Amino acid sequence: MRILGLLAGALVMAGGLWGCSEPAEQNELVVYTSRNDHLIKPVFDAYTESTGVQIRYITDNAAALTARLQAEGERTPADLFITVDAGNLWNAANKDLLQPVESVVLNANVPTALTDPDKRWFGLTVRARTIVYSRDRVDPATLSSYEDLADPKWKGRLCLRTSKKVYNQSLVATMIKRLGEEKTEEIVRGWVGNLATDVFSNDTALMEAIVAGQCDVGIVNTYYYGRMKRDNPQLPLALFWANQDSSGVHINISGAAITQHAPHPEQAKALLEWMTQPAAQSLLADRNLEYPVNSAVKPADEVASWGDFKSDDLNVSVAGELQVDAVKLMDRAGYR
Amino acid sequence: MPRRGLRSASGASAAALALLVLVPILVLLSAWHQQQWETWQHLLDTVLWRLVGNTLFLMVGVTVGVLLLGVSLAWCVATLDFPGRRWLEWALFLPMAMPAYVLAFVMVDLLDYAGPIQTQLRHWWSDFPGFSARHPLWVVVTLSLVLYPYVYMLARLAFQAQGRAVLEQARILGDGPVRAFYKVALPMARPGIAAGLALALMETLADFGAVSVFNFDTFTTAIYKSWYGLFNLQAAAQLASLLLLFVLVALWLERRGRRRARFSELGGRKVMRVRPRGAWLITLLAFAVLFMAFVLPVSRLLYWVVETRLDGVDARFLNLVWRTFLLGAMSAGLVLVLASWLAWVKRHQSSAGVSVAAQLATLGYALPGSVLAVGIMVSFSAVESRLNAWGLPVALVGGLAALVLAYVVRFMAVAFGPVENALQQVRPGLVDAARTLGASSTEVGQRVYLPMMLPGLLTALLLVGIDVMKEMPATLLLRPFGWDTLAVRIYELTAEGEWERAAAPSLTLVLLGLLPVVLLTRRR
Repeated sequence: MRILGLLAGALVMAGGLWGCSEPAEQNELVVYTSRNDHLIKPVFDAYTESTGVQIRYITDNAAALTARLQAEGERTPADLFITVDAGNLWNAANKDLLQPVESVVLNANVPTALTDPDKRWFGLTVRARTIVYSRDRVDPATLSSYEDLADPKWKGRLCLRTSKKVYNQSLVATMIKRLGEEKTEEIVRGWVGNLATDVFSNDTALMEAIVAGQCDVGIVNTYYYGRMKRDNPQLPLALFWANQDSSGVHINISGAAITQHAPHPEQAKALLEWMTQPAAQSLLADRNLEYPVNSAVKPADEVASWGDFKSDDLNVSVAGELQVDAVKLMDRAGYR
Repeated sequence: MPRRGLRSASGASAAALALLVLVPILVLLSAWHQQQWETWQHLLDTVLWRLVGNTLFLMVGVTVGVLLLGVSLAWCVATLDFPGRRWLEWALFLPMAMPAYVLAFVMVDLLDYAGPIQTQLRHWWSDFPGFSARHPLWVVVTLSLVLYPYVYMLARLAFQAQGRAVLEQARILGDGPVRAFYKVALPMARPGIAAGLALALMETLADFGAVSVFNFDTFTTAIYKSWYGLFNLQAAAQLASLLLLFVLVALWLERRGRRRARFSELGGRKVMRVRPRGAWLITLLAFAVLFMAFVLPVSRLLYWVVETRLDGVDARFLNLVWRTFLLGAMSAGLVLVLASWLAWVKRHQSSAGVSVAAQLATLGYALPGSVLAVGIMVSFSAVESRLNAWGLPVALVGGLAALVLAYVVRFMAVAFGPVENALQQVRPGLVDAARTLGASSTEVGQRVYLPMMLPGLLTALLLVGIDVMKEMPATLLLRPFGWDTLAVRIYELTAEGEWERAAAPSLTLVLLGLLPVVLLTRRR
């Protein structure tokens, strides 16, 4: 009987909480974001402190949030959409879920290559994906480019992360743009042939495999390297800036956009502009060891210590435009 | 005729429940009206057949794994006497509280080339050849270790309910213990075992987290590839709806399991003695399972929690714990009530319509969580838009009600199996007898149904509670502002590759899952 009492209690509670989803108030913004709570909250807190505007946010992965924006349509409570990877922003823009923003501040702070050509989304931070190698077993003079990793001299020495991760999809998408499908497919097949072991499900595990001697080189996002280096200063790995004699290092962004049906577009624009200003840029980039998009802002010392590099100057929207082709190409090439 | 009215009303309520589960699935099925031939062609040409093969392999492997572990452990615990039986009996539930993706990560971390085990082996033998931690067999092992409790739990109830008398009769008639097990105990426990297996298989089909840690491509991989990679949610929904075909197979197996079911009343709980050496062997085996599925991953999590110095454990963290618990308790209560109602209606109306409705109401469990979550969101959103058009300012999506309903849709199967099983233990003859002796309906409820069904009801409550607390995709997509749960936090951290920092919420989730397990097993 006690159990039934408990059950009844639970039901009453459920009933009581039924209608408690209050609408957004004035002076309050709603953000859908795929950025981590511990990365984005300090940024929002700083904004609230300096402007008094409250920010409510929901975290989820970009695809799910995009589906939610689509289902909600005009009734969406979301003002801003903040996510990683240009492909995700491109997809949301392509589904007419984002609105163009004309802003002198944004145009000045965010490089054109990191902005949607139609101004529907803007980069906030830059993430570089480059080559990592074992300092014990690889002479950096033998390294040159992503393409070169398909060379038979790396047979049994290469480690890669799964092709299901969007970072690799974006990398291959830019290669398609630069080199064409045929050449790119040849290279991807070369990579697959050089693999030392099954592909990994994350960058950190990949680097641990290089440390343990399972393979010698790999492709990773630099902040994963930074995190590992922070935990272990003696890490026997180093970054190599790829393609310095050609296209430059592959970069991608985390970025933000104002939703098509944002209830508070003006306030959303103010937040978006603020996020590209120096103070916010450091908050956004440094905590995850990424690069600020605003060239007036220096990256964290730790990040700067990895050296300067030339980055690919293609507009990052290529990652979205050619993502489908990249995924199909990798499936054909047997890159899991 | 009031009785007739009641009958049709209860039949209608069963239909309504089925509809609730069915609408999001129909939304997914409606994706078929747009053809996505290009995506299909690509998948057929490249990966699809391998994925179907992998999925079948996984289903067969997990079937063997959970039956082997679940049935044998349940049998030993219910009928044999061995050292440590009393605490192993409940400790063997513990792996239930371990999310599959967490065990998967710990396994890969420990077993991979760069992990501590292989590193040590290479240290001892420099020419140690090494093995792959991401071999398909490890996926089967991992999933079997976290999913066997479904079978164990229901099989144990069944074996205990048989009592000793049945077995004694079999042995008096000249059967040895092994023969008695196969000829008598096993067939009698079959409905429970089949219900447990169906749950384990549905969870296997829907799993994405664990298989992606191993980078083992299954049918779910194709679904997410279409959605995330090819930006094609329609094709993903089409693929997801095909998963239902696999489910039909699982459900058919379960029905078959039930068909020749026979039931007996509760017997005294007496156990057989085993020779000392054999008894210790059983203890050892049971502990080995517990060690692999629980002790090992929990210690690894503890190690990380210490290493990260409780990073992120603050007042907000306590809030997460509280919300997680609240959602689990609330939803489990609601799901149990609805499942009991459905089982009740089904028992008292043996019409084909009702049993089809009951079947449909349990389909939500086998779809990958995030795809189902989208189906739920889209259907709620449509209802919301209609209500708003009628001038009712209701916000469904992003409201607590929607989230709880989503749990109902997803976890109805988890409660329905044990509840229906429990209800079947109460033979109609028993109820008739009580009635003949002059018992009122209330008395029959309190003194016949409740005591006999209580273990099954509690089992259902426990299973759903834990499942809700572990649930990730629907919670992510549908939670109201501020209703972050431990699973949400785990998702955020692991999505950024911060597994070590995810240890604190993971461990807390496991501990929270232990609460109902302990409550259930302490009760005598």
